[in-house]
Amino acid sequence: MKKRPLSRDERRSITYGILSVVVVIVLLQLWLLTATMNAYLGGDDTVVWPAAAASLICFGLNGGLLWYLYSIERTVETSDGDSP
Amino acid sequence: MNIPSNRSTAPNGRPLEIQPKWRQDFPIDVADDELGARREFTKFAVLVSFAFVVGQCWIALKSWLRRRKPTPGSQRIAAIDDVAVGAAMLFHYPTENDPCLLLRAATGTFFAYSNQCTHLMCAVRPEMDQSRLHCPCHAGYFDLATGRPIAGPPRRPLPRIVLEVRAGSLYAVGVERRTI
Ligand code: FES
Repeated sequence: MKKRPLSRDERRSITYGILSVVVVIVLLQLWLLTATMNAYLGGDDTVVWPAAAASLICFGLNGGLLWYLYSIERTVETSDGDSP
Repeated sequence: MNIPSNRSTAPNGRPLEIQPKWRQDFPIDVADDELGARREFTKFAVLVSFAFVVGQCWIALKSWLRRRKPTPGSQRIAAIDDVAVGAAMLFHYPTENDPCLLLRAATGTFFAYSNQCTHLMCAVRPEMDQSRLHCPCHAGYFDLATGRPIAGPPRRPLPRIVLEVRAGSLYAVGVERRTI
């Protein structure tokens, strides 16, 4: 069954929701970076690789959300060519 | 001209053909513009997210390189009698680029710390009478006995130089970095 293209208001709500989540994740990464830098400069190397992995996972999540955002725009474009 | 259903109408609610010329020439749909701007901002935030990953990898790489370095050996600093009680002496350990301070607080009490402030690497100055080290750059203070920050912007203690006494001389045998 073909999906109904989302209305602009729906897309706007989704965009705001995704943007909020992405910003929270980016802030988390910022905290992670400062904490890791502090640990590294304090001679503690144990957290460095796990923190890098966690940051990479956060980036993967962000990338997935962005991909979803563009994919819903593509659905609209193919349905009426009316996307901004 | 038909206005598509998902386009906003002009603020006066009239069709585009009878809008003033400036609005016909520049019919930017505010809601669409807002949607596009938020999407672009999300893209930017994801780019920032990538930059953080690069930063984390850089730290991980530096840490790996640091761990591959051989541990610093022991180095003679001075004879015990060369440093008077209440005096300080500058030395370099483990390399010529790492200035350190040897401090004699009492007859048998020596402390040694890196001479670089843990805030922005300014040289710290001993204030033996007040049992502290002072960083003049941004008024940072460290406790003389532990090297821990007690005031100002520094958050990490000064790296401690591990000392050993052998045959009347003081030797630096290691660097102890700490987070708290
Ligand atoms: S460099 Fe020492 S307090 Fe800023």
